[in-house]
Amino acid sequence: MSSSLHSLQGNKACALAAIAAGCRFFAGYPITPSSEIAEQMSRELPRVDGVFVQMEDEIASLAAVIGASLGGSKAMTATSGPGFSLMQENLGFAAMTEVPCVIINVMRGGPSTGMPTKPAQGDIMQARWGTHGDHPIIVVAPASVQEVYAETIRAFNLSERFRVPVVVLYDQIIAHLIETVELPPKDSIHTVERKWASGTEEGFKPYAETDDLVPVMARPGDGHRLHVTGLTHTEDGFPTQKPDLASRALNRILDKIERNRAEIDKVEQIETADAGTVIVAVGIAARAARRAVQTLRGEGIRAGLVRPVTLWPFPDEALRAATANARNVLVPEMNAGQLIHEVQRVVGGRARVSGLNRVDGEPIPPAAIAQKVRELVADE
Amino acid sequence: MNEIARVSDFDVKDYLRLNLMPHFMCPGCGHGIALRSLLWAVHELGIDRNRLAVVCGIGCSGRTGAYVDANTFHTTHGRPLAFATGLKLARPDLTVVVITGDGDCLAIGGNHLIHACRRNLDITCLMLNNEIYGMTGGQVSPTTTATRVTSTTPTGNAEPTFDACKLADAAGASFVGREVTRQAPALKNLIRAAIEHDGFSFVEVMSDCTEIYGRKNELGESPEMILSQKSDMVPDGLGNAPDQPFRPNRMATGILARHARPEYGRTYRERSAELRAGTEG
Repeated sequence: MSSSLHSLQGNKACALAAIAAGCRFFAGYPITPSSEIAEQMSRELPRVDGVFVQMEDEIASLAAVIGASLGGSKAMTATSGPGFSLMQENLGFAAMTEVPCVIINVMRGGPSTGMPTKPAQGDIMQARWGTHGDHPIIVVAPASVQEVYAETIRAFNLSERFRVPVVVLYDQIIAHLIETVELPPKDSIHTVERKWASGTEEGFKPYAETDDLVPVMARPGDGHRLHVTGLTHTEDGFPTQKPDLASRALNRILDKIERNRAEIDKVEQIETADAGTVIVAVGIAARAARRAVQTLRGEGIRAGLVRPVTLWPFPDEALRAATANARNVLVPEMNAGQLIHEVQRVVGGRARVSGLNRVDGEPIPPAAIAQKVRELVADE
Repeated sequence: MNEIARVSDFDVKDYLRLNLMPHFMCPGCGHGIALRSLLWAVHELGIDRNRLAVVCGIGCSGRTGAYVDANTFHTTHGRPLAFATGLKLARPDLTVVVITGDGDCLAIGGNHLIHACRRNLDITCLMLNNEIYGMTGGQVSPTTTATRVTSTTPTGNAEPTFDACKLADAAGASFVGREVTRQAPALKNLIRAAIEHDGFSFVEVMSDCTEIYGRKNELGESPEMILSQKSDMVPDGLGNAPDQPFRPNRMATGILARHARPEYGRTYRERSAELRAGTEG
């Protein structure tokens, strides 16, 4: 079998990728601009002996996803800003109990009901810090329909591999964009299955520390009768409030992401080797930035682009290296300034960091980014 | 050998995580009787504990599940039915029992209850009703009797309560029952019938909170509270609860409703199989 070309909408590509990654359970609640994912999953899942269920709200949706994942299914939900807000408590539960699950968040204008049919990038910080407490999370931010397909599969693989909720974050433009996508042959798609306990291990501990800090998971029915709780728990899964055990438990779930960055990090860099101005952008804003870099290079301006594909954990090292010799860093984003805080943290005063922000429901055009860079360079 | 051992080979210790004892319920709490009745029913039905999943929410009821030597899930407040929905749909081979409380099930989780009833997935829901928010310190609940004093109704509860069984029946639960902890064998039989029922079963267990509810309202110690259940409950079990909507006492017990409705998970899978057969053909 060879790969095939298809004309696909972003949301449809997402659903097809989920099926290809082995997703067999979807629970969701319709919300613009993510609804096509649920609709597509309702058609695809019965064909592969999977289950689609439309729940009564987003809280129930992620709860059902976690329940299905605890039962052994690869499971996901899809939503948009307000629905993502409702999911935050259960997102924390999944992080705490180390239950793999994938959450698609198609960003729209906010806050509140905002602009449901307009794009935005206002959930960058909600995706990282939305739930309460310190918690591990992985967020990927595709910038094309092709990448929605690839990153959705990678999201499932990372989620299964590290037993952590993974958020796929993109905006309304990419969700509704129709682009030509190359679908790889099914047998070439790399899928990851979580490490399962056989059910016969002596003295099995469901949250035992392993070399890579990711515990082996027990499936109901296989033999190990485990307890799963959102309370801070020890290796045996039962609650504790002892300070040393509590800090050990929390630090392990944070470290399992930090220490395994080599498997998680992904960043696209364009023309950064000699860049005097580095643009940092994600999603649709990064596509505009890519075009701006082309234009600027044509004018002899040494501009480059750093595009975090894995948005969280944030690509500190790559950005630090890319900006080592830069005088200016520009962060165009479709919000009032979220990503820029991380960029400022990493750049740390070594270069001037400026924002280019838009919150009117319209994308940032390449020309606006190029013009802003020209101004920054002229001002050096 | 004592008489009890002769009539039943059920020993609750066989079903508990004894390493977690002593448990942390207050003296006199009715939740232990409810849990024992559930495990007694599980024993009589011969359910493999490897295939038993107990899903709980938050609160006193939420902490009971951990003591069961089975697959136990202590989830977020009000959401155990939603978690259980995903678990049961993904794993129809599991016996899924939800243990929830009056706050967990009727207040924060009220939306999930009515839709779980409507959906009619094969889940057994035990709502332990002690009329109070015990774990957070005795605040008013949707089932607190009118005029009762709680941490948040210092002048007496002014809100009317509602009948959870009528709500479940109206929302489409295909099995609805209520029992008091005073009648442990009857409670066991009711839970057994609920688990055996093919579809969503709602069982309200009238429990008691002696420590922070009974005492505050001078309802007596645990034996007195449990004995008072006798006068308040009508053991007809025929679905004819007296129509006193704002008074939870004088409520009927036993099986209150039983309807033949399609079980959701099987219906979904049958239709999916038909779709696949059609596609292949």
